[in-house]
Amino acid sequence: MSVAPRPVTRPLSPHLQVYRPQLTSMLSILHRATGIALSVGAIYLATWMIYAAASPRAYAVFQGFNTSIAGRIVLGGWLFCAFYHLCNGIRHLFWDAGYGFELKDAYRSGWIVVAVSVIATAVSWIVGLRLI
Amino acid sequence: MNGDLRTPLARARGLGSAKAGVAHWWAQRLTAIALIPLVVWFAISLVMLSGADYAMARAWIGSPRVMVLLILTIGVGLHHGQLGLQVVIEDYVHGDGRKLALIVIVKFIAAAFGLAAILAILRIGLGA
Repeated sequence: MSVAPRPVTRPLSPHLQVYRPQLTSMLSILHRATGIALSVGAIYLATWMIYAAASPRAYAVFQGFNTSIAGRIVLGGWLFCAFYHLCNGIRHLFWDAGYGFELKDAYRSGWIVVAVSVIATAVSWIVGLRLI
Repeated sequence: MNGDLRTPLARARGLGSAKAGVAHWWAQRLTAIALIPLVVWFAISLVMLSGADYAMARAWIGSPRVMVLLILTIGVGLHHGQLGLQVVIEDYVHGDGRKLALIVIVKFIAAAFGLAAILAILRIGLGA
């Protein structure tokens, strides 16, 4: 005689709702969020190449979006996601190698990542807007 | 054996309970390291191309050095992206069927767009 297995109704981790927001957890969530955004951005980049190879008219449609306000925000946002994920990714690689696990170090490296990615994004925007 | 409950064969294989070992973890780190210089190069290039028209964009894409770096950036980037999305899906999508279906879709999309982009770059650079 067999017993039908009961569906598992236990809550599954991660239990995000029981944590008080703190820098380290917010940066961890942001790493995943920017990673997802960059994956979509990689498809967008691939589309850029495909349109550039297709025809001047197809490219004009693509450029039309890029040069609109929405397009500028998407590209500028992509830059922030790239800089943040890059800097925090390097932070992760140091953790993988066994460095920087002390709470004090994790906070310090976290703030450095925030500062560098914000500054790099701001510089990119300023230089990019001057070139237009 | 000192507290190790694995059989000698399991220990030699080193594949762990998930049966895949460290292959995924290692590929994610390797692509991450490769992407450090590639993303810095690409971000600077993107900013410098602000306001570039069709001819300028094509001339840039089609130069030999840029073609190599672009193909690497797109190929390695999409591979890294689908590895990361797989982990996110494994963490948050419950139900084995839906989980597997989404992972397969993500891998197929990454492969299709990666190949299409690489062919596009080669067409621009080689004039095919």
